[in-house]
Amino acid sequence: MAEVLIENLKKSFGSVEVLKDIDLTVEDGGFVVLVGPSGCGKSTLLRAIAGLEPVSGGTITIGGRKVNDLAPAQREIAMVFQSYALYPHMDVAANMGFGLKFAGTPKAEIEARVAEAARILQLEPLLKRRPRELSGGQRQRVAIGRAIVRKPQVFLFDEPLSNLDAALRINTRVEIARLHKLLAATIVYVTHDQVEAMTLADKIVVMNQGRIEQQGKPLDLYYRPANLFVAGFIGSPAMNFLKGQVVAAGVDLGVDGRLAVPLPQGMAAGTPVTLGIRPEHMRIAAGEGALHLAATVELVERLGETGFAHLRLASGTVAIAEIRGDTGLKTGDRTHVALDAAHLHLFGADGRRLG
Amino acid sequence: MRKPLSAFAVHAILGLYTLLALFPIVLVVMNSFKAKRAIFNTPLQPPGPSTFDPVGYTRVFDDSSLPLYYLNSITVTVGTIFFTLLFGAMAAWALTEYKFRFNTLLALFLSIGIMVPIRLGSVSIIQLVAELNLINTLTALILVYTAQNLPLAIFILSEFIAQIPKDLREAARCDGLSEYNIFFHIILPLIRPAMATVAVFTMIPVWNDLWFPLLLAPAGGKQTITLGVQQFLGQYITDWNAVLAALSTAIVPVLLLYVIFSRQLIRGLTSGAVK
Repeated sequence: MAEVLIENLKKSFGSVEVLKDIDLTVEDGGFVVLVGPSGCGKSTLLRAIAGLEPVSGGTITIGGRKVNDLAPAQREIAMVFQSYALYPHMDVAANMGFGLKFAGTPKAEIEARVAEAARILQLEPLLKRRPRELSGGQRQRVAIGRAIVRKPQVFLFDEPLSNLDAALRINTRVEIARLHKLLAATIVYVTHDQVEAMTLADKIVVMNQGRIEQQGKPLDLYYRPANLFVAGFIGSPAMNFLKGQVVAAGVDLGVDGRLAVPLPQGMAAGTPVTLGIRPEHMRIAAGEGALHLAATVELVERLGETGFAHLRLASGTVAIAEIRGDTGLKTGDRTHVALDAAHLHLFGADGRRLG
Repeated sequence: MRKPLSAFAVHAILGLYTLLALFPIVLVVMNSFKAKRAIFNTPLQPPGPSTFDPVGYTRVFDDSSLPLYYLNSITVTVGTIFFTLLFGAMAAWALTEYKFRFNTLLALFLSIGIMVPIRLGSVSIIQLVAELNLINTLTALILVYTAQNLPLAIFILSEFIAQIPKDLREAARCDGLSEYNIFFHIILPLIRPAMATVAVFTMIPVWNDLWFPLLLAPAGGKQTITLGVQQFLGQYITDWNAVLAALSTAIVPVLLLYVIFSRQLIRGLTSGAVK
């Protein structure tokens, strides 16, 4: 296994820049998840690491070796595709051993490695089957097996779970986490599913419009998002944002009232700011208070133990608050919502986190 | 469910067409087993005990040059299929997979061949073949037929290659295959049905052609079977028994080839590759 080092990576399609100065380190044995909305460049970045996409500038180093000009196979990477991309005219064993065969690996060695991968992935009974005779989950495991047998320096996963149904997705996710531990593999993983990102990653990289917005440990991103984009992207339902401006004793939200929010030092009165608060840090409250807002209930979603109340504030802004248990709340109710001061996020006019 | 009435209509039309298409062939095969007098007196009757006469076949098989002509025809047809498929698939792969300058222009140039009949160039082809000292060789025929069939082959195969999921080629690249190995071990196996189609399209006109054998290889023991049959057709006397028998036997090899290729015409070969 090896470390992946990406410096100043640029990629343009014609005049469109899809990757802008990407700097990223994937530690040896690390699990890095690239997330972001579609078109943010995360798949392009992965394909650039794989060598399937030529880059316009910058360097990619794998295991201390600059690989910019190397073909995918020479980079010692293995990629698992969203579509699995199994060779349809070969059985499972041939699919997994195919790359080794062309690398000139002795037959006995190929068989041993395929058997080993099949054992790890519980594919032994399926070795003689063709891909079309397998279910989606089994195909995915074969695709992973094909990556394992090559003993690559880095595993690259391109949205590997997107084509699986919900139950299988959870199983396979656990399976991938187990494999990561078992093989001590360096993994770069692309997904748009933040549950996958939060549960699998050592480090999450949030991308937007070809840039890295923030990278860090999953919970760091959750508790201390660096900017509005990351704050809105990580967490479900998304963080609520309230626009206002700094006054002497806190933040003025206009018709929604004033909140006594602790501010970082040196904030001039009148500075426009955005307050961020996650649904789970808001709760329905009985009356008025220092950090309370008046609201009308628009919709209540009950998920069982928890649920979400969609609230319309006096200014017309819609906020979502988590509710616990059966509150008896119903559409049209006038109520108050209390914000948890410890979990308030403050963002400046440029979208950056303050304090 | 399809309505039984419309299904019946479809089958009736197809059946009628089959009858129409098979009629002349049945007539040839039937009459090849009859005595000469019966061929002319009762051409539409099947051979009976009084009219049966295998004289045509004895004459064909006694003629020592005819087996050679069969072999020539088979060589030319199989050779043409081989080179058409090989070069056609290679060109189709290059044109669909690689982006290079003049890509579109080249594709257009190659497809012009579909529209312009190669026979218009017969005179210059003869000159070319003569200068290459290839007159009365099977090589000349194979070269000309390959050129004739390449445009359509490239056109059909390009469409099929474009349908092969991009992920498959990229997976192969990650697996460390060279571009040649991707072509031979991934692309070719997956376009087998398309190649069988092209083979069938290619084979029949080549097997039946009289024009180029007449122009390029009319002598020297390099005649094809269609040309070889002509020796029984005289200006004054025609040996109809032998002509019909030779034509009937000429059906067999091409029929065999068709059976071989049509077994490859299975659909859904790529199913299971992706998703």
